[in-house]
Amino acid sequence: MGNIMLSDKLFGRAEMMAVRDGFGDGLFELGRRDKRVVVLTGDVKESTRVERFANAYPDRFIECGVAEQNMMGIAAGLAAAGKIPFVSAYAVFSPGRNWDQLRVSVAYSNLHVIIGGAHTGVSVGPDGATHQALEDLAITRVIPNLTVVVPADYWEAKKATEEAAELKGPVYIRLTREKTPVITRKESPFKIGRAETVRGNGRDAVIAACGPILYEAVMAAEQLSAEGIGVRVINNHTIKPLDREVILTAARECGAVVTAEDHQVAGGMGSAVCELLAQHWPVPVEMVGINDSFGESGTPEELAEKYGLKAKNIVRAVKKVIERKE
Amino acid sequence: MLAEEQIQKIELKADEIRKDVIKMLMAAGSGHSAGSLGAADVFATLYFSGGLNWDPTDPWNPDRDRVIVSNGHICPVWYATLAHAGAFSHELLETLRKLGSPLQGHPHYRELPGIENTAGPLGQGLSQAIGQALAARMDTSGYRVYCFLSDGELQEGQNWEALLFAGDNHLHHLTVIIDRNQIQIDGYTEKVMPVEPLVNKLQAFNWQVVEIDGNNVAEIDKALNKIKTTIDLPTVIVAHTIPGKGVEFMEGNYLWHGRVPNPIEGAVALRELRSLWGKIVSESD
Repeated sequence: MGNIMLSDKLFGRAEMMAVRDGFGDGLFELGRRDKRVVVLTGDVKESTRVERFANAYPDRFIECGVAEQNMMGIAAGLAAAGKIPFVSAYAVFSPGRNWDQLRVSVAYSNLHVIIGGAHTGVSVGPDGATHQALEDLAITRVIPNLTVVVPADYWEAKKATEEAAELKGPVYIRLTREKTPVITRKESPFKIGRAETVRGNGRDAVIAACGPILYEAVMAAEQLSAEGIGVRVINNHTIKPLDREVILTAARECGAVVTAEDHQVAGGMGSAVCELLAQHWPVPVEMVGINDSFGESGTPEELAEKYGLKAKNIVRAVKKVIERKE
Repeated sequence: MLAEEQIQKIELKADEIRKDVIKMLMAAGSGHSAGSLGAADVFATLYFSGGLNWDPTDPWNPDRDRVIVSNGHICPVWYATLAHAGAFSHELLETLRKLGSPLQGHPHYRELPGIENTAGPLGQGLSQAIGQALAARMDTSGYRVYCFLSDGELQEGQNWEALLFAGDNHLHHLTVIIDRNQIQIDGYTEKVMPVEPLVNKLQAFNWQVVEIDGNNVAEIDKALNKIKTTIDLPTVIVAHTIPGKGVEFMEGNYLWHGRVPNPIEGAVALRELRSLWGKIVSESD
C-alpha cells in the first residue's frame, strides 16, 4: 500500500515495538537538543523507559522515590523556574494518585509539565487490575489547560514526546507497556491536535480509535471492506483538544461512528467524540472499550479477547451502528 | 542584625498589614482571619528586613529569591505585604475574593507580581519550592527559596514526601517557615491530629530546625540570617505564633481560623490595632 499514514509492513508481518520505548527514545533525543528538559520518575525508571535519559543526562534526572504527589509538585516548581519537566510513572499512580497536584499545582498554573502515564489499558497484562489504568483519560481530559494525547505506536509516542516539549502548558501522554504493531511510519505526519484519517474514504461508517487498538480498527476495516462495507478509520490520537473538523466531517459523510479504545467507555475518547457529535451532528455511535469493570491478570492477548478489544468486536460494532442509521 | 529603629519600623509595617488584613476580610465577607494576623510579623520581617532578594519592579527576574506560600488560605497577609512592598496598587486589596480580581480567594500563580505559586488544597507548596530549589542548583543560580507552611497542613502526607526528599537532597538554600499557631478549622492541632513532637520529626527527616517566637521581629530576623550561613541541610524555622495576634478577642481562638469579623467586631479590631504601637514598645521595655 502506498498510504503514507500506515506502515507498509502492516498487512504482512507487522513490526512490533513498544509505545513506552518511543517515549524513552523521544526523551533521549530531547535531552540532547534542549538542556531545559528534565525527567522525574517515581522508582520506575526502567519500566517507564526513562533510564536511557537518566544515564545520558544524570544531572537532569530526578529520582523521587515512591512519592508521586511530591513528584508532580516538584515538576511544577521546576517548570515555574523555566525547566521542561517530564514526569514518568505508571498512570494509575500519576495522574491517578497525584491528580490533585496535577490539577492545582500544574494545570491551574498552566505550567509546562509533561506527564507520561505508563502501563495503561488491560494490555498491561499479568500485573492485574490495580496496575491497569482504565480511567486516566477520563480524569485528565476534564482538567482545563491540559492537552491529552494517546500515541498509537512507537513512532507516534516518540513524535508526541518531542512535540510536547514545544507546546505551552501541561500535556498528558498515554503510554502502553507491551510491544504492539508499528502502525505508522517514521515519516508519517503527526501533529498534536490533528486527527489523521489513516484509511480510505469509506462512506458507510467511520471508526475513531486511539492507542495501539488502532491496529485492530484498521484490521476491522480491511475485513469489512472484503464484505463490501466501506469504512473510514481515523487515528484520533489527541483527545484534547479534539479535532472537531475531521470528526464532524467524517460523521457528516458517513452518518455512523464507532469509537475504540483500551479505556473505560465512560469518560474516555469515545465520550469526547459523543459530546462533540451530540451537540453538532448527532449520528448513531457504538463504543468499543471497557464497560464499567476493572481488569484482571492474564496475557494482553487473553485480556483483549475477554474484554472485547479485538478487530472482530469492532467489526460487530460497525455492523450494528450501520443498522441504526436513519 | 537589625537596629532597634529598623525593628520598630518592621513592627509598624506588620501593624499596617494587620489593619489591611482586617479591612480586606471585612470587605470580602469571608476568608481566614487568625492565621493571616498571626503570620504578619514573619511576612513583614521577610519582606522588609532587606534580606530578601526580590524587586517588585522586576518581579520575575530569574535570579530572584522565591517565596512560596503553601497555606494559601492566609493569602490576605501575603497580598497586603506585597502591596506594601509596592508590587501593586494598595487599592486592589479591597477587591479580595471579588469577581474579576487578581486577589483570588486562594492565591493563583502569577496573578500578581510576587505570587509564585498556586495554593489552597493543603500540602502542595513544599514540593513546588523543592522544584524551584532544584532548578537553582541545576542553573548554579544563587537564589534562595522560602516556603510557608501551616502546622495543621503537616497532616497532609505530601509534606512528608517532600521533607524526605529535601533532606536527602541537601537543599540548603531552601527554608521552610512553619506557622506553628496550634489551631486548625476543627480545633487545636494537638486535639484534631497531633503533629508533635514536631522538632524531633523534622530533625529525623534530615532538616536543621530553628525554633523562634514568630511574633518577635528581632528573633525572626536573627533566624532568617542564620539560615543563610548553612551550607548543607535545608532549614525549618518553626515560628510559634499567636493566631489572631493583635486582636485580643481573636488571639488563640481557633473559631477565628475561618471566620471574618462583622462590622462591629471589625471596628473593635481596627481600634486595637491602631493602638498596638504603644503596646509593643511597653512590652519590649
